[in-house]
Parts: sequence; C-alpha cells; structure tokens
Amino acid sequence: MLRDQDRIFTNLYGMHDWRLAGARARGDWDGTKEILRKGRDWIIEEMKNSGLRGRGGAGFPTGVKWSFMPKTIGDRPHYLVVNADEGEPGTCKDREIMRFDPHKLVEGCLIASFAMGAHACYIYIRGEFFREAEHLQHAIDEAYAAGLVGKNACGSGWDFDVYIHRGGGAYICGEETALIESLEGKKGQPRLKPPFPAGVGLYGCPTTVNNVESIAVAPTILRRGAAWFGSLGRPKNTGTKIFCISGHVNEPCNVEEEMGIPLKELIEKHAGGVRGGWNNLLAVIPGGSSVPVLPKEICDNVLMDFDSLREVRSGLGTAAVIVMDKSTDLIRAITRLSRFYKHESCGQCTPCREGTGWMWRVMERMATGNATVEEIDMLEDVTRQVEGHTICALGDAAAWPIQGLIRHFRPELERRIKEYHSARSGRAA
Amino acid sequence: MSGPGTTADQPANFAFSAENVERARAIIAKYPDGRQASAVMPLLDLAQRQEGWVSRAAMDHVAEMLGMAPIRVYEVATFYTMFQLKPVGKHHVQVCTNLPCWLRGSDGVAMACRDELGIGFGETTPDGMFTLSEVECLGACVNAPMVQIGDDYYEDLDPDSTKRLLKALRNGEKPKAGSQTGRQGSAPAGGPTTLVDVPAKQGE
Repeated sequence: MLRDQDRIFTNLYGMHDWRLAGARARGDWDGTKEILRKGRDWIIEEMKNSGLRGRGGAGFPTGVKWSFMPKTIGDRPHYLVVNADEGEPGTCKDREIMRFDPHKLVEGCLIASFAMGAHACYIYIRGEFFREAEHLQHAIDEAYAAGLVGKNACGSGWDFDVYIHRGGGAYICGEETALIESLEGKKGQPRLKPPFPAGVGLYGCPTTVNNVESIAVAPTILRRGAAWFGSLGRPKNTGTKIFCISGHVNEPCNVEEEMGIPLKELIEKHAGGVRGGWNNLLAVIPGGSSVPVLPKEICDNVLMDFDSLREVRSGLGTAAVIVMDKSTDLIRAITRLSRFYKHESCGQCTPCREGTGWMWRVMERMATGNATVEEIDMLEDVTRQVEGHTICALGDAAAWPIQGLIRHFRPELERRIKEYHSARSGRAA
Repeated sequence: MSGPGTTADQPANFAFSAENVERARAIIAKYPDGRQASAVMPLLDLAQRQEGWVSRAAMDHVAEMLGMAPIRVYEVATFYTMFQLKPVGKHHVQVCTNLPCWLRGSDGVAMACRDELGIGFGETTPDGMFTLSEVECLGACVNAPMVQIGDDYYEDLDPDSTKRLLKALRNGEKPKAGSQTGRQGSAPAGGPTTLVDVPAKQGE
C-alpha cells in the first residue's frame, strides 16, 4: 500500500485547512520560484520523465502534450485551459481537489502555464460545482494577494493571470474542443481535429487543455522529482491516482493509491469490500461510465492502470470504479448509461445523434426482454457503426458499455429475452 | 421563445440591477478584448440569479451587452441544462438518477421527493416553493445518492433523510449541505484508511 508520505493530496477529505496557510503547511507553494527558475525545458523534460499520463481519461503523457506547444511565443498568446468539467458518471475526484486542495491546482496552473509560455489560464469548472468554484476562487484571490500569481508571479518575472469560468451543465464540454467552444461563448460542440488545440485552440491561439488532477500533481512531481513519481506504479503507468469507488461497496470513498494496485485490494482495503463479500460481486465498471464493464472473474486479478485494463479490453479512464453486486440488474444498469449518452449527445454528428437514441431504445427493450436474440447482434453491429465514426469520443463512449455488456453477459441478455417470450406465450395459452 | 421547456408568458423587459451591472463588468473583464462573447454563460447565469429564470428579454439584453446576435445567445441558453427557460420554484430540487446514485438507492430518493412534495419530475408545487427535476451525474458519486438544491449538494441520502431535508426547507430552515450522515467529505464512512498521520510537508 502507498505510504501516506507518498500521497500528493494530503487534504483529500477536507480534514484540514484548505486555505493558503493550511496549504503552505502541507508544502504547497514551497520553492515555486526555484522550480520556475529551472526553466521551461527542464520542467517539460521532468514531466516527461515522470511518466505522468493525463488523469482526465485518455491517459496521454502530460509532458509530451506540453511539448507540443510552440517553443516561442509568436503574435498569438498561449493559453492553458484546465478541464474541471467533471461529469463522467462515477467520477468525483476533481471536486475534492478543488474544494479541499485548491492551492495545488492554482500552483500547478502557474507552473504549467509558465512551461508552455502562457500568461493566462482559464479553469473551466462545471456549473453545478458552485461551492467548489467558491473555494477555488478564494484560493486564487489568496494567491493574488500573496503575489504568488499576477504580475511577477512568485517573483519569477513571469506575469500570470488565472480565471475561473463556470460551465452550464453539459457533459460534452468535458471534451477538450467542445470545452474551448463553450469557453468562447458557443454551444459545446466538438471541433474537428486537426488542427489540434496546441496549434489552434482558444480564440485561435495555441492552447493546452489538461485535467485538474494532471495539473494539480505537477508541483509535487517537480518538487520531489520525476524519479520519485516514476518509482511508484508500473512502467508506463507511473505515480499515484485518485480512485473513486462507488456503488455496491460497504464504504464508498475516494482514495489516492498507487497506480497498478489490484482492483480487489483497492476495494477491500479502502471501500470496506463488496457488499455481501467478494463472492457477491457481479461486475465492475473500472474507469467511469464510458469504459466497458468487467465480470467478476476478470476483477479477481486485474490491476488498476492504463495498460492492464486495456489488456482486458476495458480502460482506466478516470479511475472511477463502479461496483455492482449480484443484486444488480446489469442490463438495466447499462441501459441507464445509454440514456445518459443519448441525453448528452451534442447532436452534431449523425451516427451519435441518431445512434445514441437508437441504442438506448433497443437497450430499453433488452432490459425487459422484449427483443429477439438476433437483435443482440444487430445492436452490437450498430455500436460498431457509431464507434470511430464521430468527431469526438462521445460516440465511442456510448458504444463501449453496450459492447462490454454483450461481450461478457450475452447469456443474461438471451435469458431475459427467452423469459419474456415464454411468459407471454404462457399467458396466451 | 416557445417550445418544450420554455414558456409563452414572457416579461417585456429585462435589465440588470446596479449591483449586477458591476458584476457583469467584472466578468467581461476576465476575457481578452473583442472576446466578450465568452461572458455569455456567466451573464445568463447572473440573469438567472436575478430573475429566477432566463427570460427571452434577459437573453436579448445579454446579446446587446456582448454585441452578439440574439440567436447566438438563444443557442447557448437552450444548449446548457442549467439555464431555466421558465420559472422554477424557490427550491429547485435536482435528483441525480445516474448509475452510481441508482445503485445506492436514488429510486427511493426520487420517490421520497414525489411523496413529500406531491409532484413529479418537471413539475412545480402550486405554492411555487419547489420544482423537482431529474438530472444526470452531478459528480458526487461516492456520496451517492444525492440531490442538488439551489447551489448546494446534499449527499448520502436515503428516503427518510430526503423527506427531512425537504420538510426543513419548507419550514424555512437552512439544512446543512453535504453528507446527511455526517461523513467527512468522501472518506470511507468508517473513517479514513489513509492520511491518518498528521499532515507533514510532503516528503518529510
């Protein structure tokens, strides 16, 4: 188990002062000027060496992403945009960072912006997180008052402004180009890529969009060194991660653990185990609603990191672990997710706009059994027609939970169809 | 503005209060010159906080302030679920029914709301005190099931605590937001399994 002294989010549960004095006592804003003095190249190289992969779901190496920004600042300003539009069902980690450890994020914004030549950063926080935005704004105000951000931030000679922008309740704005559109004052509809935001992003300027957790861990990585972060976890899956364990466990919770912790250990050590014991486990969605569900036999041994979960055809995503015990109507559960994606489709691409509704309606029939066995194949086929055929990944995200269900629980789908039809023919007879 | 989710009963005019004009100015100043359209969502939110909902007059007013075509503001107002296009009750009770909440009993919470308020999703009590809505994931999944009322989250609910909460609001009380079982944030209910040492500076 990860030792407490290797945990980054030492106020994850809000047991201590989240304001500047408390944050400083926990080590935030310690030697920030010296970190900046080491220069942009050193920071980006150190981030690359740490092996940090983006914590928002896709797992792209953060240092590499930072290196995509133009080396010199041309006539267009550079921007850092922080994606705090947390809304992936099961995921509730960025919320805790912003309300209980906001200074880690603000300090990270300064360092990341400096490394990418950005004088301004926008934190796009989901609108519903009103209280969290209040805490974060308070932390920003404190940082301005203390000279940590603003003109000559931390005495580094770098001018840096950071602003909060509250969203309006649209899951799609968690997609980076939809987020940029939304920040520009438009509907949150994703842009075609290329051009990528590092070339043409916010207001047509070079922009990097990073998840809250990715930015908030950066100061600690740079203080303690890439080697320290890289020594945790497994190769290519380094460091620590906040896991959100929800659903049918005895004690749902957030916890920061080492990457690569076995799923079973994670649930049993920190979440009080599966309700009714491990053998009462039916399935787990290991990385937020978008990743395919895993049956118990895979959960028995799987490790919680990007590559291990990819090997079993699921994903780490946001590390939101949704646990379902044997009392769960799994078809109904996945149907609920289908309804979510139908609700959140932005309507721009036909396969997603039409497909999410179609898949949801078929899933509703699957949940009652009012379908035919052939329709399972047709449903699977349609998920393949949506997947990969849309501008953004929402189409994929709508397809994958259904694919996971069919892959691992097809007999359950067939059984329900048979029961439905035999009950009807029984009534008819 | 008409159509689902909107109302034909629209006020003729809208203007920000003097205080909100100042707030609006500060919001617009956050964005670069010529990019004031970025302020459209915050200004619609400000209008909603003043008016209780976003009327067409408010949208037109925001469009004029920001130099936007009114249709661009209508697009934004209708795209984002947080903008209420018709009046809502004093307390807008938003019940999350997405998977993590559902697994922990959001059906019971929704039923308790219906019982206590006597209305269904999308409806407002005759006295204008409560509007009940079903919403998607609000991002408090390890404290499920939960509801948002106004700007606050109420977490770790069950049918009884949900009814208590609504009764308290009806009586004009201000119930404590957050966990309704007294949990510390998102720590395990039985107490943290980590971060048990006093927080020292990292690495010490």
